Amino acid sequence: MRLLANTTALLGKELQTEFRSRELLITTMFFVLTVITLFSITFDAAVSDPRNVGPGLLWLAILFSSSLMLQPCFLKERTNDTLSALRLSIGDPFAIFLAKLVANVCLLLVTELLALPIFAVFFNVKIMRVFPQLMLVFLLGSIGIAVTGTALSAISSQARMRELLLPMLLLPLLVPILLASTEATAALLGDSPALRWDWMAILAAFDVVFLTALWLFGEYLLEE
Amino acid sequence: MLRNARELSKSCETWCEADAVNERIGRPAGLKFTKIEKRFGSLYALRRLDLEIAQGECVALTGRNGSGKTTLLRVASQLTRPTRGELSFPGLKEGTVPAIGYVAHAIMVYEELTAEENLQLFARLLGIAEPRRRALELLEATNLAPRATSLVRTFSRGMKQRLAIARALLNDPGVLLLDEPATGLDTESMVWLTNQIRGLRDQGRTIIMSLHGESALSQLAGRAARLDAGALVGDTRTGATFQSVFAMGEA
Repeated sequence: MRLLANTTALLGKELQTEFRSRELLITTMFFVLTVITLFSITFDAAVSDPRNVGPGLLWLAILFSSSLMLQPCFLKERTNDTLSALRLSIGDPFAIFLAKLVANVCLLLVTELLALPIFAVFFNVKIMRVFPQLMLVFLLGSIGIAVTGTALSAISSQARMRELLLPMLLLPLLVPILLASTEATAALLGDSPALRWDWMAILAAFDVVFLTALWLFGEYLLEE
Repeated sequence: MLRNARELSKSCETWCEADAVNERIGRPAGLKFTKIEKRFGSLYALRRLDLEIAQGECVALTGRNGSGKTTLLRVASQLTRPTRGELSFPGLKEGTVPAIGYVAHAIMVYEELTAEENLQLFARLLGIAEPRRRALELLEATNLAPRATSLVRTFSRGMKQRLAIARALLNDPGVLLLDEPATGLDTESMVWLTNQIRGLRDQGRTIIMSLHGESALSQLAGRAARLDAGALVGDTRTGATFQSVFAMGEA
């Protein structure tokens, strides 16, 4: 119960500070839209059916923008050493990760929701008929990205080359998410849309494994 | 000023009587550092340091920059795990940790939140039953009530320091650790701070404050200890005088 109460309090703080400044959301939105636009311009003339490459490019755009979004996740706690204040106040440090993780998933989902119509227009895909299934793919993919990114953000915030370290570690680790999400999205946007449970299972397994690892070892990531 | 110091003391006493819901213990405790060693790579921040601080003692910790004062305070607050050695809290049951209030160099509050939101957040995390009431009590006691709904980023250094102290006092700590609390304060804020610490000391809390030299704050301490290169090199408990402890190595 304490974990839940602490997570809720911290989640409120995370969302309140973000919606007050809107720094991350606006930057990430702008970035993801720019990347989707650039991809559509680059690939439109080269491929006969942009739907073939669309899902992969969409997830690449999401991945790149997520590394931008996740970077300040723990870095901003260093400014006034608020992470120490949290550690002194909280019994289970997993609450810190959980709150940041949920906040990151929320922000990623908002970004994806806003990027989806632009993607649909540029890549000529119909999204409304498979919208609920697409959201499920986005949810599982976003959880995977946020779990890994939140953990790595805690590590990289204490390192010297922190700005470079997160993308360097994050992007290779997220290859399974990229593959599974792309395949699941491609299956939904094809001529005969279907939810591929095999890819969904991979996404779910990735989420569970990394979330468990974070729960078990998260405390050590916060130590000095 | 003195009235505010009394208000702060009263606020903490009332809280003590109300028996906070906090799982930690709001009673003063001693601290015993036994052969504490802290290394960052090959750099020794603390070298086999033995130091015992009695319950209710007010200690001024001095030393040059990089002498290990901050590391010692962070070990005491349990934010930093020592590489070797043991920290215990005499006067408490074995394995029990006292409520610790820590005021660091950094203000340890969120600049994007208001003063009240900050205190309420940390009160909730500490498990305090009525976070809003406790936050307002401390804002009143630290003279920040008129700016309770202002964002912290609009505060002066003195106001931020007051808020940092209010945050550290939320759980009515038995042990108070202050890392150069006077840094950046003007004369008025310094007088305020001195009165607050005097009030907290008089309640019998154990206080360790790191200071650079003799000041109004060092006058409050009943004991002074000096660190150099991570080792204890002077202590008024072992016969050194206050003046000699503060003057050591400064020439």
